[in-house]
Amino acid sequence: MKNKNTNSGADTLLAEHMETDSGGMLRRHFLKASALVGGGLMLRFSWLSGLKPMDKMVNPNLTEQGSQLNGYIQITPDNIVKILCPNPEFGQNVMTSLPMIVAEELDVDWKNVVVEMGPHDNVKLGPQFTGGSNSVRMYWTPLRNAGASARQMLIEAAAKAWSVPASEITAKEGVLSHISGKTATYGEMAAAAANVAVPKDVQLKSAKDFTIVRNSKKNAEGPKIVTGKPLFGLDYWQEGMKIAMIEHPPAFGLKLKSFDASQALKMPGIVDVFSLKLYEDGYEQAGFDTRTFNDLLVVVGNSTWEVMNARKKLKTAWEPIGETKYNVVGWRGDKREVVVPAGLESTSAHLEKMAAYAKGAAKELRKDGDPETAFKNAAQVIERTYHAPFLAHNCMEPINFFAHVTDEQALLVGPLQGPGWIEPSLSKILNLPPEKIEIQMTRMGGGFGRRAYGHYMTEAALISRKVKSPVKLIYTREDDMTYGIYRPMYTATYRAALDANKNLIGFHVKGGGIPEHPIHANRFPAGAVDNYLAEGWEIPSNITIGAFRAPRSNFNAAAEQSFLDEVAEAMGKDPIDFRLELLQRAKTNPVGQNNEYDADRYAGVLELLKEKSGWGKPENSHKKRGVAAYFCHNSYAGHVVDMVIRDGEPYVEHVTSAMDCGIVVNPDAAINMVQGAVVDGIGNALYGALTHKDGAPEQSNFHNYRIIRHHEAPRNIDVHFVQNDIDPTGLGEPPFPPVFGAVANALYKATGNRKYMQPFTVEPPNTQG
Amino acid sequence: MAKYTLKVNGKTFKVDVDASTPLLWVLRDHLHLPGTKYGCGMALCGACTVHLNGAATRSCVLPVSSVGKSEITTIEGLSEQGDHPVQKAWLEHDVAQCGYCQSGQIMNAAALLKTTPNPTDEEIENFMSGNICRCGTYLRIKEAIKTASGQ
Repeated sequence: MKNKNTNSGADTLLAEHMETDSGGMLRRHFLKASALVGGGLMLRFSWLSGLKPMDKMVNPNLTEQGSQLNGYIQITPDNIVKILCPNPEFGQNVMTSLPMIVAEELDVDWKNVVVEMGPHDNVKLGPQFTGGSNSVRMYWTPLRNAGASARQMLIEAAAKAWSVPASEITAKEGVLSHISGKTATYGEMAAAAANVAVPKDVQLKSAKDFTIVRNSKKNAEGPKIVTGKPLFGLDYWQEGMKIAMIEHPPAFGLKLKSFDASQALKMPGIVDVFSLKLYEDGYEQAGFDTRTFNDLLVVVGNSTWEVMNARKKLKTAWEPIGETKYNVVGWRGDKREVVVPAGLESTSAHLEKMAAYAKGAAKELRKDGDPETAFKNAAQVIERTYHAPFLAHNCMEPINFFAHVTDEQALLVGPLQGPGWIEPSLSKILNLPPEKIEIQMTRMGGGFGRRAYGHYMTEAALISRKVKSPVKLIYTREDDMTYGIYRPMYTATYRAALDANKNLIGFHVKGGGIPEHPIHANRFPAGAVDNYLAEGWEIPSNITIGAFRAPRSNFNAAAEQSFLDEVAEAMGKDPIDFRLELLQRAKTNPVGQNNEYDADRYAGVLELLKEKSGWGKPENSHKKRGVAAYFCHNSYAGHVVDMVIRDGEPYVEHVTSAMDCGIVVNPDAAINMVQGAVVDGIGNALYGALTHKDGAPEQSNFHNYRIIRHHEAPRNIDVHFVQNDIDPTGLGEPPFPPVFGAVANALYKATGNRKYMQPFTVEPPNTQG
Repeated sequence: MAKYTLKVNGKTFKVDVDASTPLLWVLRDHLHLPGTKYGCGMALCGACTVHLNGAATRSCVLPVSSVGKSEITTIEGLSEQGDHPVQKAWLEHDVAQCGYCQSGQIMNAAALLKTTPNPTDEEIENFMSGNICRCGTYLRIKEAIKTASGQ
C-alpha cells in the first residue's frame, strides 16, 4: 500500500486507535508464588492478564505473551511490600498510582510499600508504554487480581499455621487477625504463603470498601525530586563516558553535503567528528522509528561545553534532499511506502496551499442521512474555518540518551515513552539479539508524545559503537526545538444548516492538515444530527510530525467547540443547553452505529460544570466566560474559563473543570494533572506556534517560542470529578483538548472578536468588549 | 584551560576547565552534581537556578571565571536532610509532575523567601516568572511558596 503523504511513518494513528475501547474483558489470571531468599513471599503475576481486546492491538502478540509472569509483589519478613511499576514515568504519576491499585487489594499499610521502576523486558513485559492515557486503564484489573491473590494466600498461610478455617481470618493494613485474637503481620506469614497454592479465583473489593484507591497518596519519587537526585536521563553518568551532539541541517528538506572538521577537531576535549547514517538504504522503518534527518554529523568530546564550542567551528555545506521514499511497517504489521516530498517549505505557503486544498476533493469519512439536501434546503448556513500551527513539544528535559554498545552487547539508559517499540529496530540495526540489549528506563522530564519516537536512542547506540566508548547523546534546546516531530498543522471548515425554526438539520466538517488531517468522524456531534458529513484531506510535507498530548483531539476540540458556540449563538441558545440538547438526541435516538462516546457521561460532565461554575447565575453575569467539553481517550472533560483583558493581553483568571474518568485512583495527583492540562492548554492556545521560512523553523528557544509562565497561569483552577464506580478510563490527555475551545469562547466574550487562527494572541487583541 | 577553586555546598572543589565554561556544566559534568538542570542555555527557563551568595542565579550563562570566591549552593546543598521549608512545602503540596524543572523552581523560591519572607501573589508571580514548568504546576508552586513562608 502506498501512503500518499506522511513523513512520519508516524503512528499517531496508534495513539488514536489506542483511545477507543471496544469493551469485553478477558479475565485470565497468571500467578506464581515462590519463596524469597532470606524468607518472604514473591508473587509473580502477569501485567497483561485481563487486558481488553483493544489493548492487544498495541501488540498483536500479547495473547500468547499474556501467560508470562512479569510483574511481582515481594513481601519480606520485616513487613515491607515491594511493588514494581512497569511503565515509564513522565509525570503522569504511574509510579504511585499503579502500586496503589495492588496495595488496595492486598490491603497493606501504604507506609510499608516501596515502589520500584521495573526493568525493561520486551519479551516478558510486552509494550511498556506511556501514552494514550492507558496505564491505569489497562492495568486496573491485572493489578487488582494480583493484590487480591497475594492477600488470599497470606490468609491461607495463617489458617494453616493457626489450624483454623480461613474464613475466620481477616486481613487488613498488613495484619492478619483471627477471631481468637491471634495476629501476625504479612511479613511473618510471607514465607509460609510462598507454599500456598495460588488461588484460581479471587474476590475483588467492592469500590465502596476502597481505602487506598480514592485516597490521595504523595508522589513516590517526590523526596528524590525535591533534593535533586539523578532521576532523569540527562543525569545519568558513567565513568569514561563521552558527550556527543548532532549537528542537523538548518532546514527541513536539506541534508549534509560535506563538512570540514579540521578546526573543530583542534578544539580542546574533542575526540572525534564524523558523519554516519542513522538508517541504511533500504531499511524498513518501524512505526516509531520516525526520524527527520538521516545523515548525522556527530561531534564527540569529553564534556558538554567543549562539544558545544567545537560545533561552532564546524564548516558545513547542506544540499536539498530531493524526494525520498522509504518503507514503513506499522504497528499492526501493515507495510506502506512513504514518499517524502522535496522542497523548502514556509508557513505562508502552507496557509495558501491549505486554503486551496480546503476547496478541493476530500475523502469521505462518515455520512449520515442526506447532508447535501439539508444544506440546500437550509434557511441559514453557518460556515467557519479554523486554523492551528505546528507545535513543538518542548519537554523541559531536552532529548538525550546514554549508550554503551560493543560487539557483544548494548546498554541503553534514558527517557523513552515506548522502549519496547524501538528495541526491535535497535536489534536489527546493531545486529544484536534482544537479550543482549538492556534498556534502562529513567524518569522523563516531560514527554507529551515526543518521546514515543526513539530515533535518538538508536542515534546514541550508533555513535557509541562508532567511537567504541560509552556516550551520552544530548540535544541542545535548539536541536530539540528545530528537529521536527511536531504536532501537525491543521485546519477545518465547519458548516451548520439551520431550518426556518433554527433547528440544526445538517452538520458538515471538512478538515485537513500537513501532513495528516485531524478528523475524528465518529465523535460528537456525530450521532446527534440527522444529516452529517465528515471529510478529510492531507498535504504531503517533509516536516516530521508525531503524537502531541491528545493527538488530533487537541485541534478538534478547539475548532468544533468554538463552532458549536457560534451555532448556539445563531440559534439564540445557551451554549451548555445547546450541547445538552444534542446529547439528549444522541442518547435517545442516536444517528448512525459507530458513535464513539457515551452521551450520558458526556452530558454528566456538562451538568457538573454547569453546577460547579454557577453557569448562568446572575452573580456571574459580568464574567467573560467560555465553555467547552470534549471526549477523547475514553474519558470526558470540560472547562469553564473566566477571562479578562489585562495589559492588552487575554488573561485567564479562573477555571472550573469537570471530568469523568471513572474511578479516580489518586485524587490529589489527578487534580494536579487536570490543573496542569489547563495551564498547558491555555499556553498553547494563546502562545504556541512553530512556523517555518524556507524550510527553517523560525523558533529555536524560549525567547521566540513562548511558553506560559507563572504570571500568566490562572490563580484558581477548581477541579471536579463525576463520582461513579466505572473502571478507570484515561486522565493524562482528556482534560487538555477542551481548554483550547473554552479559551476561544471566552476570548470572544472578552473581546467581541472571534479568533479563528491559533495562537490566539499573535495579533494585538481588540480590547473593546 | 584554567584552574578554579569553587565553594559549592560548603565544600571546596578544584576544577581545570576553559574560562568560558558555564557554572551549570562545571556542576553537572565535572562535579557530578546533576540536580541543577539544563533547559535552555540562555537563562530563559530557570531550570539551572543555583544560589550565588544566597541570590538566585542562572548557572547556564554564568562563566566559571566570574564565580570567584562566591559561595555556591545547589539543590543538593539546600538542606542536609532535604528538609528546607521550601522542600517540605513542595512535598506537602505534591507539586511535581515530571519534576525536571522543580529543582530550579525550589532554588528560585528559596531565594525569594530570603529577601521577601511573606510574598504576595504578585511578588511570587513576578519573581517566579523566569522559571518555566511545562507540566503547568504553577498553582501548586505558588501554594507551596505560601506554605513555606508560613502564610
